[in-house]
Amino acid sequence: MELFTNQVLAGIATGAIYACMALAVVMIYQAIDHLNFAQGEMAMFSTFISWQLMQWGLSYWAAFLITLAFSFVAGIAIERILFKPLAKAPVLTNVAGFIALFAIVNSSAGLIWDFTIKQYPTPFGSSPFLGSQLISTHQAGMIGVTVLLLVALYFFFQYTRIGLAMRAAASLPESARLVGINTSWMIALGWGMATAIGAIAGMLIAPVVFLEPNMMGGVLIYGFAAAVLGGLTSPFGAVVGGFLVGVFENLAGTYIPGVGNELKLPIALALIISVLVVKPAGLFGRQIVKRV
Amino acid sequence: MTVLLNVKDLRAYYGQVQALHGLSFSLNEGSLTTLLGANGAGKTTTLRAICNMVRSTGGIEFDGKPLNNRSTESIVRFGIAHVPQGRGTFTTMTVEENLQLGAITRKDSAGIVSDIERMYSHFPVLKQRHTQQAGTLSGGEQQMLAVARALMLRPRLMLLDEPSFGLAPLVVRDLFGILGKINREDKVSILVVEQNAQLALELADKAYVIETGRIVMSGAAKDIATNEEIRKSYLGY
Repeated sequence: MELFTNQVLAGIATGAIYACMALAVVMIYQAIDHLNFAQGEMAMFSTFISWQLMQWGLSYWAAFLITLAFSFVAGIAIERILFKPLAKAPVLTNVAGFIALFAIVNSSAGLIWDFTIKQYPTPFGSSPFLGSQLISTHQAGMIGVTVLLLVALYFFFQYTRIGLAMRAAASLPESARLVGINTSWMIALGWGMATAIGAIAGMLIAPVVFLEPNMMGGVLIYGFAAAVLGGLTSPFGAVVGGFLVGVFENLAGTYIPGVGNELKLPIALALIISVLVVKPAGLFGRQIVKRV
Repeated sequence: MTVLLNVKDLRAYYGQVQALHGLSFSLNEGSLTTLLGANGAGKTTTLRAICNMVRSTGGIEFDGKPLNNRSTESIVRFGIAHVPQGRGTFTTMTVEENLQLGAITRKDSAGIVSDIERMYSHFPVLKQRHTQQAGTLSGGEQQMLAVARALMLRPRLMLLDEPSFGLAPLVVRDLFGILGKINREDKVSILVVEQNAQLALELADKAYVIETGRIVMSGAAKDIATNEEIRKSYLGY
């Protein structure tokens, strides 16, 4: 029983990270109808920035906040420079754009910081949380920061005018323009926020997976699985999907013989395929009906 | 009377296809003008061209200022509220959020709050349903919401694209009554596009008839309504 509880709690902790990645993916998907394959690499780059700031002597939380600001601005810049010109381009052109972004960000990080694995600090420590062996303080911190972030995002989208405008622009761009919303900037803002959310995920998972240019590869696939499971059109679904995938991954690794740590990733891929076959809109997504 | 909207030699294109062929008309401040015509005559395209939602050439002046080459969202900020065909309701949001979106360009939060209350007194049914998702409203209620949302801008000019479409005759009567009241009392100039010519002519003071992208007739609404020949050849009733 203790093993089970332990695995569920650990699953919720990594699930929190998947939830953040899924949320970032869904925010951009809602704005531009494309999956951002480079979301993980952008998060990795942000994490390196925070690491570099700490190497230069800044405290963890100072580096954390500066990295968020940097990521927000970088996300907006990427949208303005690379994806705004592609807005009306066919899907494949956009896919090529995302792959290019992936390769550029990954190689730049390797060039600047090289590909050796680096230790990344945790501000929460790794002692047992509240004296319990079930969960570490860092895992509790991952859950705590994510929950804070989700609550803040909820209030932003539900109760601020700019949040309302962003929702309107994502749901019906033409109507949004007709009430005077600059939808193009709302998309850029969405990129900025998604990049900052990804940065949080990267900085929280780095002490677990260690810092290196390919650290987010697996995480992003779980994030995609979470987004697909929850429904690509539902930010709420993405978050629920993240936690579910985290727990499912851990339990499968523990209890299904032969899965272990090595076969966890194919499980995420199998999950994506099963959801797409059985319920393509996901748990909370809306069925997209196109008039022909 | 001052001219509020002046359209000169408007030509509009969907890809290679030309939909408007040099259309000219004007709308006076305070007027309720209607554009009539059959399906495909270019009524909707005319409204879309005014808001720069379709590629067009020619002159469009609002209150003496040219609108050409401005983005849709900046044209809205001049005080032009466009209720598109199909109403453009944000169906996944609440009624009240829809009204707030109508006022998203305004900065006076006290004025917005009082205007929402004013809309609820214009349209009591919206108050009853203010926390409901807009997509759950009936067609008539959604049209009321679309008009209310447009009024939240405090527009000088309201463009309405077939407000009667898909509504029961009694609901249409109601709605047109409210439009007349808004025009008289709130001094909002209105340009309404309609297939229901009879009703639109009762309401409007001035009318234009469009056929295949050109104005073929214009005049006071009551003259057009009583002219047997125009009625038979263009309005079909």
